[in-house]
Parts: sequence; C-alpha cells; structure tokens
Amino acid sequence: MSFQQYKVLKRKPLRWWEKLYLPQILMGLKTTFGIMIRKPVTLKYPEERPVIPKGYRGVPTLVKDQEGREKCVSCQLCEFVCPAKAIRVTPGEVDPDSPHARVQEKAPAEFQINMLRCIYCGMCQEVCPESAIHLQDIYSLNGYSRESLVLNKEQLYKIGGTLPDKELKWAKKDNAVAEKH
Amino acid sequence: MSDVSTKPELVSINIDGKVYQVAAKQNVVEAAKSVGIEIPHYCYHPKLSLAGSCRMCLVEIGMPMRDRATGAPILNEDGSPKIGWMPKPAIACGTTVSPNLHIKTKSPMVKASREGVTEFLLANHPLDCPICDQAGECTLQEFSSEYGRGVSRYRDVKNVKPRAKSIGPRVSLNNERCVLCRRCVRFCREVLKKPVLGAVQRGSLTQIDCFPGMTLDGNYSMNVVDVCPVGAMTSKDFRFKMRVWFLKQTKSICTESSVGVNTTVWSREGKIYRITPRRNDAVNDTWMSDSGRMVYKIVDSDNRLHDNYRAKSTVVFEEAVDAAVALISEGAVAIVASGKQSVEEQFALKKLAEATQAKVYLTANLDDNDGLLISEDRSPNRRGALLTGLVKDFDSARIEDLGKAIDAGTVKTVICFDDDLCAAGLTEAQQKVARIIYVGTHMVPTSEAAKVVFATRTVFEKAGSFINQNFRLQRFDAAIPGTAGTMDDLEVIATLANRFGAKLDVTLRTLRNAIGAECPLFGNADLNKIPDEGVELTEAVAAFAGTAFPETGSLHYKK
Repeated sequence: MSFQQYKVLKRKPLRWWEKLYLPQILMGLKTTFGIMIRKPVTLKYPEERPVIPKGYRGVPTLVKDQEGREKCVSCQLCEFVCPAKAIRVTPGEVDPDSPHARVQEKAPAEFQINMLRCIYCGMCQEVCPESAIHLQDIYSLNGYSRESLVLNKEQLYKIGGTLPDKELKWAKKDNAVAEKH
Repeated sequence: MSDVSTKPELVSINIDGKVYQVAAKQNVVEAAKSVGIEIPHYCYHPKLSLAGSCRMCLVEIGMPMRDRATGAPILNEDGSPKIGWMPKPAIACGTTVSPNLHIKTKSPMVKASREGVTEFLLANHPLDCPICDQAGECTLQEFSSEYGRGVSRYRDVKNVKPRAKSIGPRVSLNNERCVLCRRCVRFCREVLKKPVLGAVQRGSLTQIDCFPGMTLDGNYSMNVVDVCPVGAMTSKDFRFKMRVWFLKQTKSICTESSVGVNTTVWSREGKIYRITPRRNDAVNDTWMSDSGRMVYKIVDSDNRLHDNYRAKSTVVFEEAVDAAVALISEGAVAIVASGKQSVEEQFALKKLAEATQAKVYLTANLDDNDGLLISEDRSPNRRGALLTGLVKDFDSARIEDLGKAIDAGTVKTVICFDDDLCAAGLTEAQQKVARIIYVGTHMVPTSEAAKVVFATRTVFEKAGSFINQNFRLQRFDAAIPGTAGTMDDLEVIATLANRFGAKLDVTLRTLRNAIGAECPLFGNADLNKIPDEGVELTEAVAAFAGTAFPETGSLHYKK
C-alpha cells in the first residue's frame, strides 16, 4: 500500500453579507414565487387528460372495417410474434349464413389479449396482414381481478370500433365473385 | 427389402462448377438433393410418375464436347474440357444423371426461368396465406420468396374459382390456390389405381375436379393433402385448427396395423392436432391411411380412463397396486398380453409373468387386408411378443385356451392389457368368473368387469418401439405429456413385478440394454439407438422364415 498525498485547501472565510444569509433566502423565495405565478406543467389527472400524440401505443384492440366485417382472419401471426405471449387466438370458420361468407372463410372463434402481459410494443399491429389489430390511444385500463384484464373478442371489438379499410380488399373480392355468378 | 449393403453405382456430375459423386439412375432433382442443393419443383414427387408440367425445376445442362469425326474431347485454351451447354434450360426432374453431366442451378437463365414460372403461378393465385392451412409448409410460399421476383406485373382481376369445395368426406379443395401440378391426379391414378380426380376446362381456367358421379372417398384420400405442394387440397379435420409453425413434430409409429406406418405427430401444448406420414421407403413410402390419421382422437375420447379403480371406486395408485398384489398372491394367474404393447412393455411383462408364475396369452386382433398399408394383423407389435420371448408362438397363446383354463378353474385371476377380453375370444360368463386386473387406456366392457383398473397411457404419451410385419424395429417418441391421472404402462408392470421380487428397472435405457442382452433375436440392433427409419432384424427374419403369419401382403410386404 502506498500513502496517498493529499493537498489541504484552506476554506475561505465568508464575507459580511454572506454571513447575513438573507440574500440567499430572498433568491430562493424568488424561485418559489416565480413558479407560483407560472402556468402549471402538471395535469389534475383523472379530471384532466393529456392530449395523446399520433402513433401512441396504447391498448391493442381488434377493429372492424366500414362494412362491419371482422378484419381479423385468425392467421395467428400476432400470437406468434407477441414477445410477451399475451395473445391467444382460437381460429374458427365464418358462419356460412353470414352475409360475408361469400368471400370470407376464416375468422377468430375466440381472441384473447392478456393486458397484464401486454407490453404495448405494437408488434401485433405491425405484423398483422389484415390491419385488424390496432393499438388505440387508451393508456389506462384497470379491473378488479386478473381475469377481467384478459380481454376477449367482444371486449376487444367494443373498444376497437371501426377502422376504415382503404384497400376495400374484401369488397373487391366480393365484386369479382358476383361477376362470376 | 433387406439392408444388403450393395454399393449403388456412382456417377460424377458437376453442379455449379463443383464435382459431386451421386448415385446413378436418379434424376437431377434427387441427385442435387442428395448433395444438399435444392432445385425447386412442384409437380415432381419421388413416389409418383414424372409429369414435367410445372417447369419450376428448369436448369441449364451441358456435356463435355467431343469432336464429331474423331470422338476426341474438345478442350478449352486452358486445357479443361469444353462444355456444350444446351441453348435452352431443361427440366431437372426429367433429366437422369449421367457421367460428366454439367448442371447450372444459379445461372441468370435459370434465375429468369424460375422468376417467370413463379410470376405466372402467382398471377391468379389469391395470396390468401393468412387463412391458408398450408402456410408455413407451402412450397409455393417458400419458392416465391426464395426464387420469385417479389412483385407482380399482372394488373387484371384474378380468376374466381370454387373455394372450400368438398371433393370427399375428408378433403376440401380450393381451386384458386391450385398450381395445376396434378400430383393429386397422378396419386389417384397410380397409387389408388382408381382415377377420381382430373383437370377440367382449359388455360387459366383449368380446375381440378372429381369425375362425374365420383367423390374422393376411400381410406387413402387424405394423401392428396400431403402430395399437394400448395394449399389447394386441405384436410377437413385440420381445417383452420392451428397454424403449422406452432406445432411440435414428434416421430411416431402408426398403431393401426402390423405394417407400422411411420408417422409424424403434430402437437402444441400437449394437444395433438394432426398426424401425417413420414417417408420410409421400406415401409410406407410417403403414404398413410385416413383412419390412421384419426388415431390421435383416442387421447381425449370420452371413454378414456383418468383414474385407477378398485371395485369400481377410484383409488390412488398405491391402493390399486395393493389390491392387485392381493389378487395375484392367491395364485392361478394368467396374463393377457397385447400386440398394442411396445417391445419394452412386453419384455417387462415377461419379467412379471416369471415373477408371478403366470401363463401368458396374447390377443389377436385380425381383420381384412386392404392391400396397401393396413394388414390383417391390426395390432402394431405382435411380433415383439415373439422376439422378447413373452410368448413362444401365437398358437400356444390363444385366448380360447384361456377360456378353457378359466372353465377348468386353473386360472382365477387374469391381468389384461388394454384389450377387451370378450372381443378377444372369451365368453361373457368366463369374463364374469375370472377376477380381472385391467391395465389400459380406455373403458371397455372388460374394464367395467375388472376388480382393479390401472389407467395408463396411449402411444402418443409414451416412448417405446414396435416390430412390424417385416421384423423392422421402429421407434416412437412421446409427443405429449401423459394425461392427468394416468401412469406409464412400464411403471405399472414394474411396480407389480417388483412386489414379487423381480427387481425390474424400467428406465428406458436400462430396459433396452437388458432386452439387447437377453433376447438373441434382436441381433446387434441397439434398442437405444434405433434410427428414424427403423432397423430390420435380420436374425428374426431368418428365425421365423417358416412360421405362418396372418399377413398376406401389403405395399412393402410379400408373403
């Protein structure tokens, strides 16, 4: 072990106005009063809500197109890509009596997203080939039990609502089928 | 049939500038595959005749040039032989390898051909991969991403053809996805020998359809689902059930008959979704029966046993063992073994029989032969009982003799394994008289009549091996964990045997080593290292050459 050499500095004595402490107190009060009259940066949260920016990643939901079709075809890519394993899809067949059965064959029989597992990464939205899953601007979701936060298909469609389809892919297909018959 | 190591004749070919030694008399697709080079193809199938219709396997081929007058090789300036390349590409599936054949699989012309073929195939393809059951194992999907140009120049409306068309009880056809390779047509014509499917209409409107008045029924219809390179033919049973990339594949053996069809069991999280055939050129080629594909339903069937019983009330395993031991201790025991049991179980059962001095009988489950992959003997492993020495021969182990013994009073307790004794040949009166210990997977009349019932596992929930009609030792692995409340058969047999001082260790490795050491008919076959395609037990073939077996002949078995 080697001895460390220290250099001892001598503290400077306080000046006379420093010994009064009053200027420092006044400077502190200036900051305090300045903030009092400034516009507040916080929100009174439950009553006031922030403006959600575009592209915000909130609760993932299922959406329907403007014709009321289920966009999801239960390809299960979201289930595959979900890093938190929050999504669980049970594939099913479209009811042959449904008005959409002429072009649509497959739709989810059940679709569950466990919001307690979800990390809001948006990979499900990114991977979806049908733009059927969409991260909404909802950021606050709560429930009284764990089960209540595993959202099922009805709940997901209820929150999701309608996302207009620009491509109108199914309508195009429907027209092609109609022309054939 | 036998594994005689006759070395195949080799030829040297040149693929993309590299020289390879490949077996002669095969086509370029197979030759390239044998050295790890993929030549994309749709219509070519190793077990069907050549069609050469898809044009996906186009490659450039050439041969070293020779002087027409003298026959002397023409050389380049650097002294290497000059290759005469064909001006146009040729189909690899229709080209047989010959010495010094030169092949280009990556040249611009080949690349352009593949892109062209892919673009035409995709022109009218619906691109509905998200709802297609074939997605993930679709060659069109794979080759389009690997060899396609990525974008389509086709701007017209795509053809509309019938979708989800039922062409048989188990097969659904989507004509929009079809690439018209006609593998299914050839399968019906060549393997089923019953032309059911054909192509109707012309040009881009061509469709696959059944001939008038016919449907794709019969017990081999679902093979068209396997041969279909795209999602045109899909299984109704597997339709929209699960995407294939979630499924775990486990190698297994079909228990339907003594043919021992090699299978792959596809499961996810302990649930089996489908069974498909696994190629084995010595057993089933690439085919499988429809009934064999449905065998997985036994795992969750309504009459599955989930508990051990003593006098019809559920008990824990130890109590059931105590009850069984009490019955066996009184003597006059017979064991009814089954051809459904694995080789390992039959060997362990032999130890139990020795420990309890029980006479062993073997059930026979015989039915009609369908000439292809279902033989007369409808149990996968009756040969195993012979090879492990569980029974001396089939005749001395007949259930009818057990009936006589019960009538005579020399047998009081019967330990029965997974078979219904009445169906096997006992009368109901005899079954009533005998005190039965039933070890099995499902509730049958015998288990209803049994004093003690042990719930055990199906072939999908345990590992083991079977010996098929060709004396081929084949391995099956556990696809899913055992259903709650059930116990491995080996565990049941060992627990009973060890109560009678057998000192039996049923760890698979130890047990298999013991079989190898004690059963001479297994020869040099190492049960711990059974290859995926199985191993033929030549000693056993020779030993039983003169014995009469019920099988009369199937795809790879001749009496």
